[in-house]
This record gives sequence, structure tokens and C-alpha cells, in this order.
Amino acid sequence: MDKMIFGRYIPADSVLHRMDPRSKLLLIFLFVCIVFIANNMLTYGTLLIYTITMLSLSKVSIRFILIGLKPVLWLVLFTLILHLFLTKEGDLLFSWGWFEVYEEGVRQGLFISVRFFLLILMTSLLTLTTTPIEITDGLEELLGPLKRFKFPVHELALMMSISLRFIPTLMQETDKIMKAQSARGVDFTGGPVKERIKSIIPLLIPLFISSFKRAEELAIAMEARGYRGGEGRTKFRQLSWGFRDTTMLLALGIVTALLAVLRT
Amino acid sequence: MDISLQEVEYKYQANTPFERLALKDVSIDIASGTFLAIIGHTGSGKSTVIQHLNALLRPTSGKVTIGDRVITSEKKQKNLKDVRKKVGIVFQFPEHQLFEETVEKDICFGPMNFGVSESEAKERARVAIKQVGLEESILEKSPFDLSGGQMRRVAIAGVLAMKPDVIVLDEPTAGLDPRGRKEIMNMFYSLHQDRKLSTILVTHSMEDASLYADQIVIMHQGRVYREGNPLEIFSDPEGLFELGLDVPEVVRFQKKYEAVCGQSLGKTCLTIEELSAAVAKHLQEGGK
Repeated sequence: MDKMIFGRYIPADSVLHRMDPRSKLLLIFLFVCIVFIANNMLTYGTLLIYTITMLSLSKVSIRFILIGLKPVLWLVLFTLILHLFLTKEGDLLFSWGWFEVYEEGVRQGLFISVRFFLLILMTSLLTLTTTPIEITDGLEELLGPLKRFKFPVHELALMMSISLRFIPTLMQETDKIMKAQSARGVDFTGGPVKERIKSIIPLLIPLFISSFKRAEELAIAMEARGYRGGEGRTKFRQLSWGFRDTTMLLALGIVTALLAVLRT
Repeated sequence: MDISLQEVEYKYQANTPFERLALKDVSIDIASGTFLAIIGHTGSGKSTVIQHLNALLRPTSGKVTIGDRVITSEKKQKNLKDVRKKVGIVFQFPEHQLFEETVEKDICFGPMNFGVSESEAKERARVAIKQVGLEESILEKSPFDLSGGQMRRVAIAGVLAMKPDVIVLDEPTAGLDPRGRKEIMNMFYSLHQDRKLSTILVTHSMEDASLYADQIVIMHQGRVYREGNPLEIFSDPEGLFELGLDVPEVVRFQKKYEAVCGQSLGKTCLTIEELSAAVAKHLQEGGK
């Protein structure tokens, strides 16, 4: 639990940390789109280089990120295996009983896994270098124009910031209750699968109950402090779009152009 | 069952950018049958210490001995159940751990995890619920229909029903009303004496520590700052004041009294009875 990095912010002083959240959001959004342009070695290589550059710009320890992404690696591996098994195109590479591996399977499996991995890396990079509050502020600004169509932008942003805010709290709570139930003889780490599934119940029910309680308390506390929705609300943190934001977006633009040229 | 911590060090989130040293060079010996109070500010490492007492945490260096089990950082421990069966922990706000449909089932949960038969567990639940001062009829209710104080008692009963040899209490009376506090502390104290338990109490209340404990450990910034019996600790309160900790009201009164009349009452008193006797004696002997 300690090593989870999803939704976690790591304070540091890097170019990425100092970027405007709006540009970061745009950047990630664009990246997620262009990942799907890649379809051969060269294009995937370009994406990989770009991602590694961004990682090193963030000044977050790469080892830490990789350890944190361990749980995801299983998912990536699973995707790879699925492709090895199920894609039956191209030349037969080798067969072992009913188990046959085709060239196309290896190719697709590798590409899809890399794509998956890059997506996760980049999106984690967003949360690692941006505080949840910044993300929501940025999102609220970016979605601002939608207000004209009665889209509840402020409410959405608020909901997001509240849920992001409470992820660590929920984690702590989980840890606490797990310990309390372990002290009462529940084994969360070992034992037969059936027992382990059963051990979820004494964990989930207290978590649900405390979450509901917390939500209610939060609502009351917000009202007590005069919260009345987004109408006419000013911002303490002003966002500012600087030179580095434009540069970063341009750089990604160049990568996009490169991908378009290199793809087959 | 004897428990001993030897040069225990614990780091939270070791090997990450969030690494934080919680305990450093902590050595505590808890002989069987001791009532130990651990005192310290929030963040001094009290709660981290107690999680070592039943191997919920493994020290990052040093050694914890629980009965004949030795727990070190090196190897992953298996079969911790027998340790946890003997060392029951009542966590802070234990009512958050309730989850069953009825109070009875919740109390039986612990014992049955440790292999006690259902009928035996139910019997224990009946005993435990009375021990914590609740009616037997409450066993059929849902724990979530109870008041906060009742939930607390039910959760405590759930730990008592495990019949541990060592009971660890992490601020068991936080957030209760004064009467509830007294009842619960008295209950733990009589249990401690009747069943010859070892009791470890984490508390902010100097009163509770001086009244019940045989041995007091004061934690400060992850280290053991002082250790001794209540008399030793509270007769020399200067160090405590430096840490921003308090002494029991009785001791404070005595110090004030001695300062005002410029004479010492002799020994430090820990209870109101002792103090009033000492003051009366002092006045009769013509103290000014």
C-alpha cells in the first residue's frame, strides 16, 4: 500500500512541476491521442524516447515510479499473453502442443503492451507532478466554455477535487481497519483464496460506513462555511500560461508530426 | 507472557521519497503481569510501538520478542495468528472496526478466527458484554443502531472475548464522557488484576497513567525519553514540562502548595487520598 503511486503528488522543483496545469492536461490529452498513431518500431521508439525525456524532466526517481507501477505490470503482462494466445496471423513462430505462437501475435502483443505502459507512465506523470487542486483548477478552466451549454463545470471540478482529496484518507483508513481486523485474527496476506475473499467483508463494510459518515460531515462543514456553489466564486490561485507551456506543447506537436511521417 | 523490544527502529515507507523515521533505538521490556503506560505527544511514535507488540509491523532493524517468538526485519513471518491470539489490541476508535449484522456475531468474530467453536464463542460474547457494562439483550441488536459509547464497548468486548494474555489499549477512552472513561478504565484495571494480564496503555491522561500503571514509558520524537514507575517519573516533573507534557493534577497541586508554603511535603503523592493526608499532617505539625 505504501508504494502505490497512483494519484500521488511528489513535491519537487522541475519544469513539469512548474508548468501550468492547463497545458499539462492538454499535453497528456494530446499524448493519449497520438499514442494510437504509432504502429511500427520507429514510431513506438519515438514515443518511448519522448516519455523517457519527460520522466527525466520531472525529477521524480525513475526507480520509484517503476516500483510503484508493479501492480500494473501484471496487467501489461496479461495483455501480452492474451495477444500471444489469441492472435493467429502471420508466420507460425513455434508450436508446443495446442499452444501456437504467431509472428503477428508477438508483434501486436509487444506493441499493445508498450502502448499501455506508456499511457500509464504519462498519466501517472501528470498526477506525480501536479497537485490535485491544480488539476481541478486546470480542468475547470479548460472546460469553462461548456458552461454556456449549462454543463455543471464547477460542480464536476468540485466532485473531482473532493474525491482526489480523499484517496489518501481512504488509504489510511483501509490500512487502519486492516490492522484492526488482523489483530482480530483475519489473515489478509495468505491462506486459501476462498478465505481471502471472505476477509474482504470485514474490511469493506467499515470503510463504506465511514465514507458515508465522512461525506455527510463534509457537506455540513461546507455549508457551515457558506459554500453555495460556483456562482461568483473567485480563485485564490491564479493560473498563468508561460513560455515553457507553449514550448512543451510545441515539442509534443513536433513529436506528433514525426509520428505522422514515420508511421506505415 | 514477556514482551521485549530491543533497539527497535521503524521507518514508514522505507526506500521511497516519503521515507519517515518513526522509531529509533527503542528498547522496552514488558514483564508478564505489568501494567505499562506509554505517554507522549501525537507523533512521538506511541502507536507505532504498539503495532510491534503483535507483529502488525516488523521493525526495520532491531528485534521484538513476543513470548518465544522473535520478530526481526529479516524474514517474513508466517503463522502470526498464535501471536495475535495472545496479544489483543484495542485500537483508537475501535468502533470503526465493527461490521457484522449483530453485536453477538461481531464479538464472536475474533475468537472464531482463532479457532474457537461457535458455542464457546457465544458463551464468551455473553461474558464479555457484561464485562464492558452492557446488557445481554444488546447482543441481538445491530452494532450500527447503538450509540457511540456503546459501540466502543462492543468493540472492546470483541477483543476481550479473544481472551488475550496481553492487552494493548490505544487511548481507549478518547472521546468518551467522564463517567464512561472512568468505568472503562476501572474495568480494564480489574481485568488486569483478576486475569493477571499484561496491560499496555497508550494515553494522554497523566491521571490514568499515575493511577493504574506500574511502569511508565515516555516517548519523544520516536525515542524512549524516560522510563520508570509513576513515583519516579512524576516526582521530577521538570523534564516533562520541557517536553510540554503535564503531570497529574494531584502532583501539580502538591508542587504549588510546596511553593506557596516554602516547605516540602516529603514524598510525592499520586492520589487525592495520599495528598490530603499529607497536607493535613503538614498543617497539624504547624506548617505555615
